[in-house]
Parts: sequence; structure tokens; C-alpha cells
Amino acid sequence: MNLYTADNLQPAGGARRSGNGAGGGAGSVPPSEPLYEKRQKIFPKSVKGRFRRFKWLFMVLALAIYYLTPWIRWDRGPHAPDQAVLIDLSARRFYFFFIEIWPQEFFFVAGLLLMAGLGLFLLTSAVGRAWCGYACPQTVWVDLFLAVERFIDGDRNAQIKLNASPWTFAKLSKRVSKHATWLLIAVLTGGAWIFYFADAPGLAFDFVTGQAAMVAYWTVAILTATTYILGGLMREQVCIYMCPWPRIQGAMLDEHSLVVTYNDWRGEPRSRHAKKAAAAAQPVGDCVDCDACVAVCPMGIDIRDGQQMACITCALCIDACDNVMDKLGKPRGLIAYATLDEYDSNMAVATNGGRTVIEPARVRNADGSFVDRIREFRWQVIFRPRTLVYFGIWSLIGLGLVYALLARDRLQLNVVHDRNPQFVLESDGSIRNGYTVRLLNMVPEPRTIMLSLDGLPQATMRVVGVTDVPGQIVAIPAEPDKAMALRVFVTLPPSRDAKQQQVPELRFVAEDRSSHESDTYKATFNLPGGKK
Amino acid sequence: MSEKHVDEISGVETTGHEWDGIRELNNPLPRWWLWTFYACIVWALGYTVLYPAWPMLTEATPGILGYSSRAEYAADSTSAKIAQGDILAKISQSSLQEIVADPQMNQFAIAGGASAFKVNCSNCHGSGAEGSIGYPNLNDNDWLWGGDLDTIQQTIAHGIRDAVDPDTRIADMPAFGEMLQPDEIRQVAAYVVSLTGTPRDAAMVEPGKQIFLDNCSSCHGEDAKGNRELGAPNLADAIWLKVNGEAEIAEQVRAPKHGVMPAWQARLSGETVKQLTVYIHSLGGGE
Repeated sequence: MNLYTADNLQPAGGARRSGNGAGGGAGSVPPSEPLYEKRQKIFPKSVKGRFRRFKWLFMVLALAIYYLTPWIRWDRGPHAPDQAVLIDLSARRFYFFFIEIWPQEFFFVAGLLLMAGLGLFLLTSAVGRAWCGYACPQTVWVDLFLAVERFIDGDRNAQIKLNASPWTFAKLSKRVSKHATWLLIAVLTGGAWIFYFADAPGLAFDFVTGQAAMVAYWTVAILTATTYILGGLMREQVCIYMCPWPRIQGAMLDEHSLVVTYNDWRGEPRSRHAKKAAAAAQPVGDCVDCDACVAVCPMGIDIRDGQQMACITCALCIDACDNVMDKLGKPRGLIAYATLDEYDSNMAVATNGGRTVIEPARVRNADGSFVDRIREFRWQVIFRPRTLVYFGIWSLIGLGLVYALLARDRLQLNVVHDRNPQFVLESDGSIRNGYTVRLLNMVPEPRTIMLSLDGLPQATMRVVGVTDVPGQIVAIPAEPDKAMALRVFVTLPPSRDAKQQQVPELRFVAEDRSSHESDTYKATFNLPGGKK
Repeated sequence: MSEKHVDEISGVETTGHEWDGIRELNNPLPRWWLWTFYACIVWALGYTVLYPAWPMLTEATPGILGYSSRAEYAADSTSAKIAQGDILAKISQSSLQEIVADPQMNQFAIAGGASAFKVNCSNCHGSGAEGSIGYPNLNDNDWLWGGDLDTIQQTIAHGIRDAVDPDTRIADMPAFGEMLQPDEIRQVAAYVVSLTGTPRDAAMVEPGKQIFLDNCSSCHGEDAKGNRELGAPNLADAIWLKVNGEAEIAEQVRAPKHGVMPAWQARLSGETVKQLTVYIHSLGGGE
């Protein structure tokens, strides 16, 4: 069971594009045949329909999220930025609405990336390459650039004519305005990116007045270039030759995944002169070979050649074909989202189990309706073990992250014992140990943290710069959203007992008495001659 | 091997070399590889002209750019000095108390002092300033000459028993082996040990105490707690600098060993001495 059989990849019926790109074993290619395929210009025709509407909607949504997110404000008080989504690299903080992430909590981001990866698996095994067709930035921006192109140059036919026409002033002005608009979009795209990394209004002002950091200008320049080149110039080439994802699809898709399918079991034999052929008592399928599906394809492929790597399943050919079927008064779905399983089953009906060529009479009743054995997509197919396992793992990671988020500490303590000296004998015979205590106040508010010792009742401590008076509990004024390193000396008075043979364990305890948060760190207290 | 030999299976010419019937195909290098190779040759030629490269009798060819890693290091260290110039000037003009009170200067001085300590002081005092027998531990609160900032600075700047510095600190315990009998020395050692809470035979301690008051108390004090004016150590505390146990105390009374510390102002800048002072004061025993 493989969608990418040689038959599918290289159909007999004159493919406009072979679909397997530069791949394929070198051994099977005769040396004389060049591996380089010249690019064919694509002029996708505009189309109306439900999938096109959904794509417009999704595009507007995706672009709105991308461009507007950095401008959302979120009040965190005076000690933290008020930008809802902010990756503050210089301060090493990541803000996402009510969540603040410190660098050591990066596993949240790693977990989200895992979820994104698994989500892609889940989505692909359920509904095929929906990511490629609707959500991928390359698709969204190419769609936007194509809309600009159509607005300036007109639709497919006008574009072809313009492309072939000599360089006149009209052509030049159209080309200039098209590329200028693309570049403008590209600049705005790159421009929006930097706002995720700094206070957006402030950076916007600095950027325009030339006061922003050099890296901001570089970032915008690079992203402008990539947006313009990938979205405007390279387009489908990115998907076919640069992107690894289409090549991984084979492992993600199975016979129950939804893919855009040309149902040749009802379409073939295709004919441009269906009525004449029918009158001549020749078998005719539903496909009138109008090439509407080919004209609208942004990848420049013919879906009737079968499922192929270059198909991003944007479903615009479905809209195009449905419109034609509507005009002809035939049922929709000649090109449709279908699983390979039902396609194979329907194909078996049409060809009598592969014993004949496609015979339209086998799939239709006398009144033109489909015979009962023709299967249609049932949504229950989506819920099969494979997708449920993906969903299970995906949700487990999600639940784990939510739990980690709810249970995480906003007050942390780390203690490092001095390496050298391990202990200091004071003149009165008491023993002093030195520690570096790192106290992390991870909320954007100043707090008073009570630092205390547990396990050595006689010991006292002195915190350099906070108090010179030895005590057992020291109040530390912790700055908002900061990690502070404290020098702490713990002194154990001389013992009347025999020399202690054990290295006593002591614990440092940090506690915020107003919020009842606390953290404990186990440390050692070294003595002369003490043994572990 | 002038005769051309072409491998039958691959259709590629061989080099003519043969080992036990195995021949080597003469496939040309990939074009990109060859050009990379040529580019490397061009690069190497340019490099040897511009940079020091060919070894000569005494030194290498200098290269027309005149580059040397030593000069680069000197430039780097100069620029580092310039970068630190402001705060070093501030340290040089401030008193030790002002340095400690200012968080920025204090932090800089502790870091700079720690670095200078590792280079200059750790040979004797240890990398953690923990000292060893004969070399004082600078972490504890037992000071021969005093543990406040100004005293520490004086000690570092002028040293102890320095041969040249006229202001160096000198404590000169006489060799009591010439003045006291061996028995008396043993008695006074027993008395000194008893001061730190170790019970000793009263027959030794009582005469030892009298000998101590007669001979030692002028420097070490009647209570044996020492005298920082003279650099006389406190004998009644838990810390022993030079000796370990009663026999060694007796030996130290008979023929004392004296430590020497150089006067560092002759070798280090005033700012470095100040930074060392602040660092040592911060170790936990500072007064």
C-alpha cells in the first residue's frame, strides 16, 4: 500500500510535470537524460468556491495573527513589559500572555515544538497535507502574492498575454508596481517579525527614526529578501525542491488519509465532446477535459495524473471542478477529498476488479445515480487507531505541559558550597562554611524572602551585604523578576561533644511568607576530620 | 605504461596500476573539488605573502601586513586596560571604605583582587587563601597584625620582614633556647596548651605560667591573647599558625621560625593592592 508507486508518480497520460522532482534512483536513469527540469511558468486562474472561501478566511486569520500579535498589550505591573507576546532575548525572558518563561524553563518551548511536530503527524494522517494546503507560511504568502499579481496583471489569460507581450511602457509599469507591492509586503513581513523581540511601539518609532539596533535592520532586510524571493519569485519551487516535508508525507499518509483525488472511476474516459461521443454510443465519463483543474493549480500540476508529491492539497481544483459539474448538472465530487481506500474500492467497481478498463456503466444506474457499491467518505474513518495514538501522545504531552505550568515554582533556591576552603576554623574554635546562594524571584514583583537554615540548630548565618548580625533567619529583599547571588557564611559554634564524625546535612529554606511559596536546597556542612 | 587500458564494466580508463589483477579507475576529480583545491592554493600563496609563514634561521618571514599574535595580544590587553581605566581611576582616588561602600567598585575590586591573588599570593596562601602551616589562613578571624581594611592594606603594601622596605612589619621573637632551660621550655609549652582548654598536669602548668609571665607576656600579653601592635599571635585561641601540638610549641619557643612576606607595593600598582585588600577583607574574617 503506497501512494507513491511508480504508476502514480509517472502516469502514462503525458504529465505536465513528472512530480518526483530531482529524486529517483540514478541507476534507473539513462545517462543521456538530464536530471534538470526547466521551470515552467505558472499562471493560476482565480476560482470561487467553498475551499477558496475557507482559504481566504484562513489566510486573513493567519496574517492577522502574525501582524497584530506583537501589538497586543498585557498588563504585568511596573516590573515587567506590557507586551502580550514578547521574546526578550537581552533579558532572557519569554512572555506569553499570563505565562513568563525563564531560560531554564525552555522545556516548555521544546514541549510545544514536540506537540507541533506530533500535531503535524496527526493532521496529516487524518486529513492529508492540510498544513501544506492551508496553513504553511509559504502557501499563505504565495496566496497573498498571487492575489496582488491578479489585481495588477489581471487573471490567468491576461497574465499569459502580458508575459508573452514585448516590453512596452504598460508592461513595465505593471511589472514595477507588482514587484514594488511584493517588496512592500515583504518589508512589512520582515518588519512584523522584529516586534516579537522588543517593545513593539518603541521599536517601531526607533526603527523609523533610524535609532533601532543594527540587528533589527539586518533581520528586516533578510526576511524581506526571503519573503520576496520565496513568496514572489520561487513559489512552487520551494515546495517541490526545497521543502523536506512533502518527502516525509509518504510515511505519514496511509490508505485512510484524506487526499485530493481525481475520481477517474467516474471521470474516465474523459472527452471534450461528450455529447457527440454519447450519441455515437461510446462510453463517456464525467470529465469533460476542460482543464479547469489544471488552470487553477498554483503548483502547475494536473491532479488527474494521480496523487503526486507536488500537490499541496489546496483543494482549489475541487472548487474549479465542482463549478463545472454544477454547470453540467452532474453531481459534484469528480475531484474530491477522498481516501485511497474508498478510491480503490470504487475503482474496483468501475473496472470489475481490474479485469476491464474503466466502464462508466458499471458505476451508474440507468437514471444516472451511482450504484450502491460506490463508497463515499465517512468521517468516522478519521478516528482510527493511528490517529488516536497520535492524538493520545499529543494530548499527554499537552497535559504534562499544563501540569508543569500549574505546578512550577516561582521561587527557587540553588546553593553551591565553597570549593576552597571547605571550612574555616575561627579563633574561638567555631567552624565556618561559605556558600553561594542563588535566589530566584521569578515573579515581576519585589518580595521579601525569608532565608533560614534547617538541620543545624546551633548554627547561625551571615548574609554579606544584607546583614552583619549572625542569625538563623534572614529577610532578603528580592528584586522583581531577578536571580540574585548571595554570599552566605554559616558558623557552627564549638561543640562540647567529641569531634563530630559525620558531615552534618543542612538545608537552606527560602520562603515567601505572604504567598506561602517555599523552596528547599540540601547542602553539606564540612568539618575538620569530618567524614561523609 | 603508455598503453591505455579501459575497464570493461565501467567503461572508465584506468591509471595503469595493477595489484593482483585489481586496477585503479582513473575517474577525474569532481569539478567543484578541483576548483576548491585551486582556490586553496591561491589562498595559501596569498597568505604566506601577507602573514608570517616561512621559517628562516632566526625567525619566520614577517609577512607584508606585519601581523604578529604578540602585538595583537598587546593591543587586546591595552584595550582591556582602557576599558577598565575609568573604574581603576576611581578606585585609585577612593579610600578603601569608599570602595567597599560603593557596590560597583566593591564588586570590581573583589573580582580584580581575586584575580591578582591567584597570580601573586596563592603560592604561599593557597588558591582559596586557606593558608597552611607557617602561612596564615586569610579566611578566618584571627589576625596577627589586624583585620581591618587599612591594616590589611599596610601589610600587603609593606610586607612582613621584607629585606628592603623600611616600613615593613617586623616581629622578632627571640630564641628562648639560649635563655631558658629545656625543662622550663617544656613547662611553658604545657601552660600554653592548657590555655586552649586541653587539661594538663598542674605540676607542669603552674611553673609554666610563671615562666610565661616572666618571659613571654611582654609581647603575648598576660592573658596570652597576643598583641597586634607587635604582631604577637594570640596563643589562647583555636588557631595555630606554625605549630601543631605541644612538642612543636616547645621547639618554636626554643628556636622560633619566622615567616617572610614581600612588600607588594614594590611589585604591584596601588590599585591592585587596594583590590587585594578588599578581596581579602571580603573572605569572611574582615573586621
